[in-house]
Amino acid sequence: MKNNNEAIAADNYKYIGTRSIRPDGFEKVTGRANYGADLSLPGMIWGKMLRSPHAHAMIKNIDTSRAEALAGVMAIVTYDDFPGVSSEIVAAGEGTEDLLDLARNLMADGKVLYHGHAILGVAAISKQIAEQALELIDIDYDILPAVLDVRDAMAKDAPILHQTMFTKGLSETPTTPSNVASVVELKKGDILAGFAQADIVIEREFYTPTVHQGYIEPHACTVRYDEHGQSMVWCSTQGHFDVRSTTAKLLHMSLSKLKVIASEIGGGFGGKTTVYLEPVALLMSKKTGRPVKMLMDRDEVFKASGPGSATRNWIKVGARNDGTITAMQGKLHYEAGAFKGSPARLGGMTAFTPYDVENMFVECFDVVVNKPKVAAYRAPGAPQAEYAAEMIISELAARLEIDPIDFRLQNVAKEGTKTIYGPKLKKVGLVECLEAAKNSPHYQQPLKDNQGRGVSSGFWFNIGGSSSVTLNMNRDGTGTIVEGSPDIGGSRASMQLMAAETLGIAADNFKTVVADTENIAHNDGTGGSRTTFATGMAVVEAAKDVIRQMKSRAASVWSVEVDTIDWVDGVAINIDSTEKLSAAEICATADRTGGQISGQGNINARGAGPSFAVHICDVEVDKETGKVDVVRYTAIQDAGKAIHPSYVEGQYQGGAAQGIGWALNEEYVYNDKGILQNPGFLDYRIPLASDLPMIETVIVEVPNPAHPFGVRGVGETGIIPPLAATAYAVSDAINAPITDLPCSPPNVLAVIQANS
Amino acid sequence: MPIVDYKVPVSVDEAVIMLKGCNTAVKILAGGTDLIIQSKPAGSDPLTVVDIKSIDSMMTASIDDEGLTLGPAMSCAELTARDDIKSVYPGLIEAAYLIGSTQVQGRASIGGNLSNASPAADTIPALIAIGARCIIAGPDGERVVAVEDFVVGVGKNCMAQGELLKSIQVPPPEAKTSDAYLRFIPRTEMDIAVAGAGVSITMDSEGVCTAARIAIGAVAVTALLVPAAAAALVGSKLEESALQAAAAAASAASKPISDRRGTADYRRHVVGVLVKRAVSIAAQRAQEQ
Amino acid sequence: MAKIHVSTTVNGDAVEFLCNPGETLLDILRNDLQLTGTKEGCGSGDCGACSITVDDRLVCSCLVLAVEAEGKAIGTIEGVADKDQLNVIQQKFLEHAALQCGICTPGLIVSVQALLKENPEPTEEEARYYLAGNLCRCTGYDKIIRAVLDAAETMRGAA
Repeated sequence: MKNNNEAIAADNYKYIGTRSIRPDGFEKVTGRANYGADLSLPGMIWGKMLRSPHAHAMIKNIDTSRAEALAGVMAIVTYDDFPGVSSEIVAAGEGTEDLLDLARNLMADGKVLYHGHAILGVAAISKQIAEQALELIDIDYDILPAVLDVRDAMAKDAPILHQTMFTKGLSETPTTPSNVASVVELKKGDILAGFAQADIVIEREFYTPTVHQGYIEPHACTVRYDEHGQSMVWCSTQGHFDVRSTTAKLLHMSLSKLKVIASEIGGGFGGKTTVYLEPVALLMSKKTGRPVKMLMDRDEVFKASGPGSATRNWIKVGARNDGTITAMQGKLHYEAGAFKGSPARLGGMTAFTPYDVENMFVECFDVVVNKPKVAAYRAPGAPQAEYAAEMIISELAARLEIDPIDFRLQNVAKEGTKTIYGPKLKKVGLVECLEAAKNSPHYQQPLKDNQGRGVSSGFWFNIGGSSSVTLNMNRDGTGTIVEGSPDIGGSRASMQLMAAETLGIAADNFKTVVADTENIAHNDGTGGSRTTFATGMAVVEAAKDVIRQMKSRAASVWSVEVDTIDWVDGVAINIDSTEKLSAAEICATADRTGGQISGQGNINARGAGPSFAVHICDVEVDKETGKVDVVRYTAIQDAGKAIHPSYVEGQYQGGAAQGIGWALNEEYVYNDKGILQNPGFLDYRIPLASDLPMIETVIVEVPNPAHPFGVRGVGETGIIPPLAATAYAVSDAINAPITDLPCSPPNVLAVIQANS
Repeated sequence: MPIVDYKVPVSVDEAVIMLKGCNTAVKILAGGTDLIIQSKPAGSDPLTVVDIKSIDSMMTASIDDEGLTLGPAMSCAELTARDDIKSVYPGLIEAAYLIGSTQVQGRASIGGNLSNASPAADTIPALIAIGARCIIAGPDGERVVAVEDFVVGVGKNCMAQGELLKSIQVPPPEAKTSDAYLRFIPRTEMDIAVAGAGVSITMDSEGVCTAARIAIGAVAVTALLVPAAAAALVGSKLEESALQAAAAAASAASKPISDRRGTADYRRHVVGVLVKRAVSIAAQRAQEQ
Repeated sequence: MAKIHVSTTVNGDAVEFLCNPGETLLDILRNDLQLTGTKEGCGSGDCGACSITVDDRLVCSCLVLAVEAEGKAIGTIEGVADKDQLNVIQQKFLEHAALQCGICTPGLIVSVQALLKENPEPTEEEARYYLAGNLCRCTGYDKIIRAVLDAAETMRGAA
């Protein structure tokens, strides 16, 4: 196995696995690419949201008269402008959402539930006037006590966020409302018997803070409502079809009356799988008859778009002295923010999946608190739970005096391992990742003084889902791949390569277009690491459809049966006569052989391949200040097959950097009233270029049998291992257990001082 | 729109007249890296800004036997490129280099950093350590104020409306004297100081510290000069015990708050660590002269 | 409140515009001059997405008043390529896959251009510190830094 950013070739492809230049690259390095904030329309006006200064309060009265009197103010919209909303579960992002919660998150319905909760929208002829108008709106609040942590939320006399919410999943039907939305249990084997077999048991509770996806592009949209024709939304989103369906449902429109165009997207990481502005902007446009543009300021992004859950996760693991793990147990508490729907259950499903252990039991609590409603964040739910589990695993290995990679290998999940959520794993690559880690130059390198090392595994499911692709062949034999998956990290290039490989035509003959909602059939959003897997599979289907048509045209030209035609390197060959027709020749004469050629690949992809990763992190700790520097980092992950190795490495490196940020410095800081203290990049400290070393990568390729090229999906898994790899490295350097993230200097110094 | 007027004087006298004659609130614009953010909220009062960057003396610096004369609006990027200044006051240049990103340094100025009077300003402890003075021009002529007296509170300096920080002057250092500035931040860049320490140390040929000025930042409402920390060093050879005593004096003098950047206890501890480390750096520089 | 007339040059073109005294240069570039290649990520100088040059000095355009552009030479991402001929830095960003979503890319390229003008042979550490004000959330910076060092080497070779 080769290291240092080189892929491991498992096969002999011509185009796949090459590092082609992305087709949208020119636009993106010249500033020509248009993102969410970049569209302006004639006659356009500006909308801004008024947001709650309180974390929890009843709205007693809203007086907008002073704002309405301001010259240039054109409309004010509130929750009452929604044409009637009822509770209904709708597809959104990687999961589902309750439409009623979604509406009440867009604009408060009489009660504000977090600092920054939108209350109403103002439309005005300029951004400045809209902002001025917000200052002229008078609201009387009845301030309520805020709950800001799962412990407070679950306390006996906790203030209740939703009087209508009763805990789901309890054996007895509850009679009083609760901040616990649901409890889910997952189990396999007999947990008590498992612990009874153990020689050593370690249990700890871990804390992870609220974190934000931190995409650099704030939410933005430009919309135009059209009562009689077709309304239009231009926005930065991971899933424009989902924007269309939720918006249409909220505004009682049919899908054909709403066109959503996905702009280029400036990062999402799960955070752009729902709507915050678009339905409100359409209401403004409806009221004023004008196109409306809305941009979130950076502080609004932090205060009011969906962050990732803070958690308190208790983990207990038992093992025999020979290194066999006998039982793994967890009690996971995830903050959902103001509305139900944290990924607690996903945490429970992923926490122990890197291990083949007979006895497992996890309880997952979904808890509402007075913070923004959480959204998906890269492998939603997994980093928090796997962090806790992997910290215990590393501590167990140390206590048993077994190498942490050997300990993981001894208990490793592999093909046939039954998961806690039911199915057995098919072919997976965790063993290969652990072995690559063990053999890496990084793992062989000795540590210096004040340094520590952490290793962590990570598991994520990856998903498939609905993808639709049309491949339009041009008369010169080039082609346009029309897809519906917003390209968030170079996926257009992967689509080109997969079309090229399937057709045997060089990649730069294809242009990839991300079409709007009326120019391609429905596509699920870019999320769940599904795009290269599922949309890629649709591209292959469309390309095969094109080949079928090409062969049939060649057959008709030669007046032979189609099964005498072979397709090799973009050329139709008559096996009997060795006559040849190239794709370009077939396309040039397509009108004479039955019309233009266009392939279709509309699929609901199944069989997404789970992916495992193993990361190694070395840190150096300044023991006088508690400051942590990452001095070496290696990310190893099973890609199944790396279609475009550079962008696969980029996903590993980017996931590692986000996870390092989560481990070291990122956190939402609230005061005791629930007011967010750090809604900006100044004090929400994401990693800088100067904070990180080069991030070494190893692409392991254990092909996914369900994909034509073996793709598993690579986007999310890489954010899981860094939390424990980094935090355990700190723990190793200071020789004291770390439980709470972030490992910020004050927190690390406190641990050092408490243990000295 | 809070900023309602923009004026560009070309001389100090003209600036003073403009500042005095303004009928709205008025702010002096140098690099604008604090001012433009502070003036953004829609609801704030109408503001006139007076851009002093067209006044030549505001944008230049000179160093000679008389010491350093620094134009307050000169950008940190220009200042930190001045090797002649860096060789004499390396600590001041370190502090200027730490303000914000490359982009922010392209605009931000020492005069702005000083006048904005943030408790966490990096250049203020560095300026105090080297005994810098502010020359303030006003309708009634000029006055001179030591940097430690220029800042009077969080976001407050001692200038009245109509006054203008005309230049910053630093006396030439004694022989075998050097300075250093260290700050603590959670990341490697881009953060506001959790604590800062500016020091100036004079050594004799025997390796004994003969004079010291220790100033600390981000641990009180203003940067503090800590004579007790200096006293702990003078007469010593900067042994570990002397360094520890200086650190303890700095920690004892600090009156920090807890906020999103650090707890009071943490700041009190870290400022001592910084003093210790900065003293060692400055002393080594002094001895290498 | 009267608007102020400003004469300036943007990427070598003489440009005139009217602005309110408090408007930022970023807003004028994006909304009035339609130069949307300069991006807004934070509006407070913390992300570098709006990086431009003013008289060859790298700055955040969200922290410059539009009126301050009077008589100055403004450089934006739109002026980096020579018509359709990419600059070496742009080409290296593509070759190294130094962008994923691309929102930080225009600001980074403008910043890298400034870096290599000041320091044609930066070390990895110098490049990382010079670019600390340009946040990227996608790449972990690895490929960006490789592209920068490769561009520097290529430009030195060509010089």
